[in-house]
Amino acid sequence: MKFLDEYRDFSAVQKMAQAIRRITTRHWTLMEVCGGQTHTIVKTGLQELLPETVTLVHGPGCPVCVTPLVTIDRAVAIALRPEVILCSFGDMLRVPGSTLSLFDAKALGADVRIVYSPLDALNLARANPNREVVFLAVGFETTAPANAMAVWEANRQKVFNFSMLVSHVLVPPAMETILSSPDCRVQAFLAAGHVCMVMGFEEYLPISQKYRVPVVVTGFEPLDLLEGIQMAIAQLESGRAEVENQYVRAVRRPGNRAAQERVSDVFEVTRRSWRGIGEIPASGLRLREAYSRFDAELRFPGRLLQEAEESRECIAGLVLQGIRKPYECPAFGTRCTPDIPLGAPMVSSEGACAAYFHFGRRENNGNPIVSIAGARN
Amino acid sequence: MAILSCPLPVPATERIVLAHGGGGRLTNQLIESVFLPAFRNPALESRHDGAVLSADGVKLAMTTDTYVVQPLIFPGGTIGDLAINGTVNDLAMCGARPIALSAGFVLEEGLLLSTLHTIVASMREAARLANASVVTGDTKVLDKGRGDGLFINTAGIGVVVAPNAIGPEAVRPGDAVIVSGNLGSHGIAVLSVREGLEFDGEVKSDTAPLWPAVEALFDAGIEIHCLRDLTRGGLSSALNEIASVARLNIEVEESLIPVSDVVRGACELLGLDPLYVANEGRFAAFVPDTQVSRALDVLRSHQVASRAVRVGTVHETSSALVTLRTRIGGNRVLDMLSGEQLPRIC
Amino acid sequence: MCLAIPGKIVSIVEDGHLGLRRGRVDFSGIRKDVCLDYTPEARVGDYVLVHVGFALAVVDEAEAYRVFEALRELDQLDELKESVTQ
Repeated sequence: MKFLDEYRDFSAVQKMAQAIRRITTRHWTLMEVCGGQTHTIVKTGLQELLPETVTLVHGPGCPVCVTPLVTIDRAVAIALRPEVILCSFGDMLRVPGSTLSLFDAKALGADVRIVYSPLDALNLARANPNREVVFLAVGFETTAPANAMAVWEANRQKVFNFSMLVSHVLVPPAMETILSSPDCRVQAFLAAGHVCMVMGFEEYLPISQKYRVPVVVTGFEPLDLLEGIQMAIAQLESGRAEVENQYVRAVRRPGNRAAQERVSDVFEVTRRSWRGIGEIPASGLRLREAYSRFDAELRFPGRLLQEAEESRECIAGLVLQGIRKPYECPAFGTRCTPDIPLGAPMVSSEGACAAYFHFGRRENNGNPIVSIAGARN
Repeated sequence: MAILSCPLPVPATERIVLAHGGGGRLTNQLIESVFLPAFRNPALESRHDGAVLSADGVKLAMTTDTYVVQPLIFPGGTIGDLAINGTVNDLAMCGARPIALSAGFVLEEGLLLSTLHTIVASMREAARLANASVVTGDTKVLDKGRGDGLFINTAGIGVVVAPNAIGPEAVRPGDAVIVSGNLGSHGIAVLSVREGLEFDGEVKSDTAPLWPAVEALFDAGIEIHCLRDLTRGGLSSALNEIASVARLNIEVEESLIPVSDVVRGACELLGLDPLYVANEGRFAAFVPDTQVSRALDVLRSHQVASRAVRVGTVHETSSALVTLRTRIGGNRVLDMLSGEQLPRIC
Repeated sequence: MCLAIPGKIVSIVEDGHLGLRRGRVDFSGIRKDVCLDYTPEARVGDYVLVHVGFALAVVDEAEAYRVFEALRELDQLDELKESVTQ
């Protein structure tokens, strides 16, 4: 596939890895922000190509993982209503709420459907005027333009049996939270390439300056990640702290203006609770008042649910901030697996815990074994 | 759902969920926790595609399969083709020549007779190609709304022609893993109808009877240790099952795994991994290293296995895992499918 | 949550279904309808990055190959070094 396969080429990847080895003289800890990047790293065994002194820690860039418990519970409650068709991207279905996941709700008879685009949900609403179609809108800035367009169009075409349960999150505030934590060991960031495709990368300049960290906007294929790592290490080795763009084929400094405009027409910034981390001010999006009729929270008011307790064993918050690796959790692979998850990073296909479980460390007879890709860092 | 505050692991579900049918971890758990304990016997516990039985000195193989695919008709075949070929292939994987099949139909009230005709016609043709007969059957009808149009169960009996026992227990360190052709065509063909994907060319299900190609291997005197057809859960599930019974490591080379461009593209789009996508006319064969080139020659002369290729090797190990050497030179575990493979969007 | 796939625009319809600017995009032999409202500059033959049914950027083909040129230069540098030290 053009513009994909070339960035998976064996010899190009080996050469880039060599280029990294040539310039690395010290220990460096880098964080890749986006779950898609984590997935690639663990799935391709990329870590093995890096010098031993380079540590990659995984960030909270998995919107599925950080969706608050109450949102899942709300979605499940709405889905169980007989008139509702609850639409969602596939990854959300297995995330445990305080008792049920959407998959469980489906097994109990709820009409829960996987869609690939919010427009599919809108089409369902038009095709089913006697039903209420609710779309679970979870994602980073990458997905906001699509969700904004769906609401915009619903409004324009007067499709009023359509609504959205919004749990959008924003990357830069999360990065700041990580950087301002006293346990922070991150020395450079690989910023999320597709988030920046929409938003541009100007908002990382003040962060880079304030915390004196290099920020390299990076893509998702093995060669992209290695090039991003090379650029970050080049900065670290020479004492620079700037914002650079590796993902030049997709990202421009101002980002996509048309998309940004539609997003700010429909959504506004709000504080948001990140599961496992806590509340971060100005870190989420919600529907503007002008579009409140499309807000599923208002259309389906529920009892104010108590913030349900998370498992006391689950260290998702520490994993999401890159402070612990998944295999450092005592429950990893034993009491917490993708089939019996204690927390969201084990459920989402891009959660760090799930990635390590599927591609890396495995359990055998109760003793964790180090797999080949496993736990060098 | 796991009770989050309880320190003991609780079964994930009290009810059947779709993932129990996925062919991966939950399916195996269901078999191990419900069916095996109830029906305990050696033939069942070998957990192979079919059961090999002795009756008065004759070795027979027996297998059964139920088909619930939606849509009933898709590019390259119908649920009827799957029903016949699937059972014929399970027998072939036991080293058995198919002789007779049964077919049980559960029909939903309202099903078009013309649809039933189409499906039965495809079954007749598939049985003819496999040189087997449908000798007995059954029909039930469910109220409208209680079924997906049509479900078919087929059972099959075959005569075992394999000179040695073939199965995961016969796999040895050093064995080569051969795959009979391109992966993922069936799953993508079915999904393409469900998801409304349009293709430039066409992606057709690979449903086909495998016995002729397997028989040719036996006729050529190739020493075969294990055969497994690749169905739901894809290549990964088949290899994981074998690895766990054989207690050996199976190492696969990602760059050698055959996947057509269009299937790869569809998988990228839908967020699927071709290694987990269903096939219906593909199998994996474990043969000693010395037999590989002969085995490939024999297979490639059959249309159904014309793209047969070696993809990996079996190793001695302390942990029975399937591992993948990735395209870029890294290594990772190729895990058992967990639950239904949910397409990644993000 | 960032899976965006590159595909080639095969045709464009203004004021198509739902009144949006839509295109037929080819992904390695698979054709899908994609909303092109966010890439008004995109033309037939361009490659776009598509996320959940929306094109969000036109691929800059010149920039796309920059990294391979850089790697080639690295190769040449290596060859030069080898020939000098020999």
